[in-house]
Amino acid sequence: MIHFLIHEAADNVGVAVVDIAADTDCTGRNLAENAPLTAHSEEAIPLGHKLALKDLAVGDFAVKYGCVIGTIVEPVKAGHHVHIHNLKTKRWA
Amino acid sequence: MSNRKILGYRRENGRVAVRNHVVILPVDDISNAACEAVANNIKGTLAIPHAYGRLQFGEDLELFFRTMIGTGSNPNVAAIVVIGIEDGWTQKIVDGIAKTGKPVAGFSIEGRGDIGTIAAASQKAKEFVQWASELQRTECDFSELYISVKCGESDTTTGLSSCPTVGNVVDKHCAAGGIASFGETTELTGAEHIVAAKAINETVRKEFMAAFDDYQNLVFSQKKDDLSESQPTKGNIAGGLTTIEEKALGNVEKLGKHTQFVGCLKPAEAPTGAGLWYMDTSAAAAEAVVLWAASGAVVHLFPTGQGNVIGNPIEPVIKLSGNPKTVKLMAEHIDLDVSPILQGEMTLDQAGDALIDMIVRTANGRLTAAEALGHREFAMTKLYRSA
Repeated sequence: MIHFLIHEAADNVGVAVVDIAADTDCTGRNLAENAPLTAHSEEAIPLGHKLALKDLAVGDFAVKYGCVIGTIVEPVKAGHHVHIHNLKTKRWA
Repeated sequence: MSNRKILGYRRENGRVAVRNHVVILPVDDISNAACEAVANNIKGTLAIPHAYGRLQFGEDLELFFRTMIGTGSNPNVAAIVVIGIEDGWTQKIVDGIAKTGKPVAGFSIEGRGDIGTIAAASQKAKEFVQWASELQRTECDFSELYISVKCGESDTTTGLSSCPTVGNVVDKHCAAGGIASFGETTELTGAEHIVAAKAINETVRKEFMAAFDDYQNLVFSQKKDDLSESQPTKGNIAGGLTTIEEKALGNVEKLGKHTQFVGCLKPAEAPTGAGLWYMDTSAAAAEAVVLWAASGAVVHLFPTGQGNVIGNPIEPVIKLSGNPKTVKLMAEHIDLDVSPILQGEMTLDQAGDALIDMIVRTANGRLTAAEALGHREFAMTKLYRSA
């Protein structure tokens, strides 16, 4: 079973394609290269939500599709949920 | 792909239709009641009530006429009765639609009242619907279909599965000489560089960026926050999308991998040739699909993640979803399930071919989920207050 996908090698967040429970060894796939990946969830990630693939500090950019999707506003550890509580738009803020 | 055939209706001007509606179209809000009465009298006709058409002016009035004339001119409309309060604008819309060669008649209420107007318009509507009911479907090329694309209630699965499935069809359809159109200007924010790079030449690129910047200026002039409950919507956020940039990057997967866009259209403006066209629309589903229908599109492809239920009165809206929860929980709204893509059990090319099969079935007469459920949202785009 695939737990998460990334679009491009540069992505630092993955998308859960199933509901992932906390403390799960996850199997992932890099769609651009059709290559396998692994990660470990530290908290529950609902289907469709994002999983940090590395530690992210305040001011870092979240990258998905190989593009910047916003700025990290609260520190995020690898394996944690990335969403509106720690990631904000750069465009209409 | 280039050999695919559909069974459509060929109209007087040569355009291919997939539906055979006889429409009763109000010019203005106060003519809705008469139109609905005619549609109630004459079975098989379709009234399209709406909220506008009085005291509009300038560019907003031009858009109003493009939308009205374009809706009546859409190939999916076989014949049409137009009813307005006054002669002048009613006749202007009738004359605009008449250029297609299809049967059209106008009636105005002032000086006659609703009841007399309804009686006269009902006689004409009966004549039209009986005439249209004898029209036969005929074999047409798939590439003759004008297809519009727009997603709604997106989530992260749309960018992974249903939007690139549409992109796969856009690539195949445009390579075969078909016409397609995308838009949703604010929802390109964060991915505008990707869209700009797909323009066929510098003139088209500049025209796109001018429309994009104009919409950004509107957002900045009117916004009171970061639009985080409008764009992305609450539904988008529940589905895992966090920012407009992330939503836009998923959205533009619908443009395909290889296709360049050949021109820019004003809202409700008809493309003048084959290929992929950008139209300056809002990202609100019903408003945007009405604009594409008014530009002549006969089939709409609508990827959804969390389950948008939109339909259109005259342009069938085919829904596809790659969210395995949505295809279970909202099964009655989904025409095509592409969720196996998420587990690597279906390729984008296979999903694109499955969507082409569904377009053929829809073109041949299969009712979409939205049609069967009675979704006929007709929301006109209004640029500013009336005079």
